[in-house]
Amino acid sequence: MTDIVLDVRNLRVEFPTRKGVLTAVDDISLQIRRGEILGMVGESGAGKSMTGMAILGLLEPPGRIAAGSIHLSGDRIDTLDDREMQQVRGRRIGAIFQDPLTSLNPLFRVGDQLVETIRLHTALDKAQARARAMDLMREVGIPAVEERIDNYPHQFSGGMRQRIVIALALCAEPELIVADEPTTALDVSIQAQITALLKRLCRERGTAVMLVTHDMGVIAETADRVAVMYAGRLAEVGPVDDVVRRPRHPYTDGLMGSIPSLRSEVEELRMIPGAMPRLDAIPPGCAFNPRCAHAGPRCRREVPRLAATAEAGAACWLATEGAVA
Amino acid sequence: MTIRSNAILEVDGLERRFDVSAPWLNRLIERKPRRTLRAVDGVDFVIQRGQTLALVGESGCGKSTIAKLVTGLHPPSDGAIRFHGDRDRLQMIFQDPFASLNPRWRVGRIIAEPLRTLRPEMPAEAVSARVDELLRTVGLAPADGLKFPHEFSGGQRQRISIARALAGEPEFLVCDEPTSALDVSVQAQVLNLMKRLQREMGLTYLFISHDLSVVRHMADVIAVMYLGRIVEIQPTKDLFANPLHPYTRLLLETIPDLEAPKRDRAPMGGEVPSPVSPPSGCSFHPRCPLAFDRCRRERPERRAEVLDRRVACFAAEAEAGAAV
Repeated sequence: MTDIVLDVRNLRVEFPTRKGVLTAVDDISLQIRRGEILGMVGESGAGKSMTGMAILGLLEPPGRIAAGSIHLSGDRIDTLDDREMQQVRGRRIGAIFQDPLTSLNPLFRVGDQLVETIRLHTALDKAQARARAMDLMREVGIPAVEERIDNYPHQFSGGMRQRIVIALALCAEPELIVADEPTTALDVSIQAQITALLKRLCRERGTAVMLVTHDMGVIAETADRVAVMYAGRLAEVGPVDDVVRRPRHPYTDGLMGSIPSLRSEVEELRMIPGAMPRLDAIPPGCAFNPRCAHAGPRCRREVPRLAATAEAGAACWLATEGAVA
Repeated sequence: MTIRSNAILEVDGLERRFDVSAPWLNRLIERKPRRTLRAVDGVDFVIQRGQTLALVGESGCGKSTIAKLVTGLHPPSDGAIRFHGDRDRLQMIFQDPFASLNPRWRVGRIIAEPLRTLRPEMPAEAVSARVDELLRTVGLAPADGLKFPHEFSGGQRQRISIARALAGEPEFLVCDEPTSALDVSVQAQVLNLMKRLQREMGLTYLFISHDLSVVRHMADVIAVMYLGRIVEIQPTKDLFANPLHPYTRLLLETIPDLEAPKRDRAPMGGEVPSPVSPPSGCSFHPRCPLAFDRCRRERPERRAEVLDRRVACFAAEAEAGAAV
């Protein structure tokens, strides 16, 4: 299959600490195709951002990739050194983070930042790069580009800044964009504008997108497929409609039930008892077993795993084998 | 003044202005004028005892400023806040359970603080018994009182905030985005807890949130704010069944919906204008699909003759007039 842009196999991210090695990402495999948006959901600490950072080669030491592989359009990227990875980042993988202010230098005009990025990754001269920067700004929906190109980041609103960051991520026509909570800092009406923009650009250019967010609503409206993470592991993968409407993993099911509905009223929200375990206290077997209403002896003994190339499925003994004895 | 028998809080013509002028020297040299930001600009509402009124709106609409005015953290610039209850029995729950708990204090001391302030005569054993009881009420164990805040997750910390707020046996709680910092499954636990406590103790909530699905679950009445003003206020059922203001419709339209995802939506353009220089007339008119001349000139008010003071909008007035 040649249209697979990102191929992650059995990825394991570890953090050595004084109290022992913590596993933040535990045996994650996933694939994203050209033009596909994969949503990564999970609660804080589930490892979704960490997976994105590992793909970008931006793990903070002492965090490290301890096992597995990451391929970008067939090229292995997890073994590259820092300088080689810098070439990949920006050119072949674009990144969009939650807070646009951390991605933009407050002391430089946005146009200069775009021109610098474009010239770093392409052979364009200064004038051509500036013309390209203006095209990109128009494409991401910034009005009055001729004036705005010479503004500083603080002169833009939050939504407009995030558009600039998207333009920056698109500079070198990357194959993959990792977007980590790109709309979390924005108000709902602006959030809808940004996700629609991301979706349109991805469709038009065939860019693969990994959309990391805790917001199931955003995933439901934006992603094609979704991967649900829990305690560093994949709980469930599948087409977004299936996962939202017919979740197979009891954790996904609980997660969906705990979101207040816009359409119907309930006296009590369904809730999952307890909380996600900390990384230093992950129970044996399925990490979700202490909170799961269906857990059996097998769940406390053996870790259920998804196949590395599974397009859809749940890492759950009950879902896969129908029994937990 | 109208006294409604069961009202616990009445807010009339509330205004809060902030001076956001440049420093004096800049004003002198660059001849810049003084600038005022009207964070809250003529707000009226009433909360009935035992009910939940929610304030919703996007960032900068003034909802948190109202929370601070009601709790007395800011004095109002104009207007009146009448609280028909015991001021000591008004408490607040904040958004960030990481910032609102003293990291150097044990949880037991944090929860006991309101007791020590409000009932200094209470004997130490009674205080510690009350703390244990409060911890159990919010789903924690009495032993947790000996721990420090950092030993708890975000959801558990918000439970501690709630226990502290309950210590003085409040009748009225101002909750400013109490679950926005929490993950959804934990949010469900905290919302369920808050509803249970309201039932059991007859609490009244002023609930501030940007999340319409949370508000729908919690509130009896919803007030939608835009640039410092309430543009629409309706009982929750009516608001969702029949939103009157174009801004409310925009909000309902744009929130991602799990049950019926709008995958090919055309999002409405525009952004919230700066509250320092709000548009003339109705401040929503530059983004409003229904705006006409009058909206640019005149500011709509919520009027008793029109839809029972539920909406401040000339288009909605015209619609209602046509329907009558």
